[in-house]
Amino acid sequence: MIVYIIRRLMQAALVMVVMSVLVFAGIYLIGDPVLMMISPDASELEREAVRKALHLDLPMWQQYLLFVNDALHGNFGKSFLAGQPAMGLIFERFPATLELAFASLVLSLAIGLPLGVYAGLRPHTAGSKTIMTGSILGFSLPNFWVGLMLIMVFAVLLPDLVPGWPRLPASGRGATVDVLGVKLSFLTGDGLLHLLLPAVTLSLYKGALIVRLARATAREVLPMDYVKFARAKGLSERRIVGVHVLKNIMIPIATVSGLEFGQTVAFAVVTETIFSWPGVGKLLIDSILLLDRPVVVAYLVIIVFFFVALNLVVDLLYSVLDPRVRLESRAT
Amino acid sequence: MTVALEPVAAKPQTPFQRIVSDFCENRLAVFGLVLVVLSIFVAAAAPLISTQNPFDIAGLDLLDAKSPPGTMSSDGKITYWLGTDGQARDMMSAIFYGMRISLFVGFVSVLAALAIGVVVGLVAAYAGGRTDAFLMRIVDIMLSFPAILVALILLSVLGKGIDKVLIALILVQWAYFARAARGAALVERNKEYVEAATCLALPPWRIVFRHMLPNCMPSLIVIATITLARAIALEATLSFLGVGVPVTQPSLGMLISNGFEFLLSGSYWISFFPGVALAIAIIGINLAGDHLRDVLNPRNLR
Repeated sequence: MIVYIIRRLMQAALVMVVMSVLVFAGIYLIGDPVLMMISPDASELEREAVRKALHLDLPMWQQYLLFVNDALHGNFGKSFLAGQPAMGLIFERFPATLELAFASLVLSLAIGLPLGVYAGLRPHTAGSKTIMTGSILGFSLPNFWVGLMLIMVFAVLLPDLVPGWPRLPASGRGATVDVLGVKLSFLTGDGLLHLLLPAVTLSLYKGALIVRLARATAREVLPMDYVKFARAKGLSERRIVGVHVLKNIMIPIATVSGLEFGQTVAFAVVTETIFSWPGVGKLLIDSILLLDRPVVVAYLVIIVFFFVALNLVVDLLYSVLDPRVRLESRAT
Repeated sequence: MTVALEPVAAKPQTPFQRIVSDFCENRLAVFGLVLVVLSIFVAAAAPLISTQNPFDIAGLDLLDAKSPPGTMSSDGKITYWLGTDGQARDMMSAIFYGMRISLFVGFVSVLAALAIGVVVGLVAAYAGGRTDAFLMRIVDIMLSFPAILVALILLSVLGKGIDKVLIALILVQWAYFARAARGAALVERNKEYVEAATCLALPPWRIVFRHMLPNCMPSLIVIATITLARAIALEATLSFLGVGVPVTQPSLGMLISNGFEFLLSGSYWISFFPGVALAIAIIGINLAGDHLRDVLNPRNLR
């Protein structure tokens, strides 16, 4: 197990080095950030001064080494635009993104799991067929468009047309509460309202995925001997489904939820742009569009680290949930 | 599965006929196929069925900007069935042309990714050993990052343009095909016909591409349909974020994005209808692809 973890960590380190070189080289090739930052009528001398201050006059490999040296000290340089350290800027924004991703994870599990299990238990009822067709819609409808339509319906049309219909907020986080220095939205009523539309948008795709997965696993588990045995023992249907079936459904669900959590954080880029949610995704888009190199690079290094760590956690969690995996790894 | 158990019709069927008849049994899948055909027709015939050329700025009358659906144009010549956008473009014509760009990007990127992925996957499966381990490690790493993030970063480096979107989409998609092709080829590699071909001393490339590849195709076709839907959605998302196609060649995602700023003022049609068109294309592909998977399932191929 330890050898496995070490090997994974080494692979992760290699991935991070390769990614950082690629990103750095790529970002270096595009545009001149100085042109974006200084007014066009600044003199050549002023421009040169800014270039020097940002080390943009050095050759590329020196800039890269400088960057690596700083990165190892947790310093990714200052954002060209905000003037703050890029790393701090990202960590400041990270809680908002995590909050949104968690909220959508909870939503998609709370809705997707019961629907999927129901469709697996009674595959031929009209309800199940509706659920399955609906899940194709969840996959197919362009997510960002659904977000826009939710804004249109709940923030514009319904409140306009129906008197007294509450107007749901469509941008920002609303009121936040400081918990240990981290701002959280979901502890205030206003924050929860602000969280609602973005979280629903973000949870659609994953909810559909969980429905299909839960259904497929339920159908796989139901004909198993231990379910038949539980039935033969005369256990209540509730106990059979709630304990014996559900426990086995949870294994793939946990894996996919974990792996998909990373996807959700990545896809939050889109949701955050639509709803002006002040998370890292919006920061990334803004930084890309404004050529704010340190922020983009810092975001990438952090996100690569995040994904590698996430995959490792999911693998370990998997072996905790499913004893067979543990036995196999011990045997080899 | 019940289909296979029913008494088979007296007339012997070719595999292709069987696939067609199996496919047509599912009404939802046929409906999906109809949607796909409709989308392709609209895209192909865009210049013929549009009432206006949305790229021709001289033909636009700014007085007509943001007209709601069903308005007559100010010169009384055409009706804006789906309204107009902020630049007085007829939405219906813009959608037809946008569908063209969206489908073009989707099809080309998937076909190119399929070609690259198949070569990598088959080579890995046939060569085995270190080549296999090396190629699959790259695939693993590619797949461990979300497609949207990789595409976003690539485009932030490459800049805007249809060709650049194509490059980004191909780069994020080839790994799916490589993994699938390798998986399918590993199964095929141990079959007798490959052994027979090896005994005939056929060159490896011939064994791989003439004999193994056709047998790997069913599963690859299914993945291609799903990937096609994803590619179209991804292109739309990237264009929506402002890093995809340029303003002069608006795809459906770009049109939706253009309508975003007018949404809060109540001009819903600028975003709504391009989204419906996009959804029709993607839902059609997914519905048809979902059933195609059952039909092409090797277990059903007797």
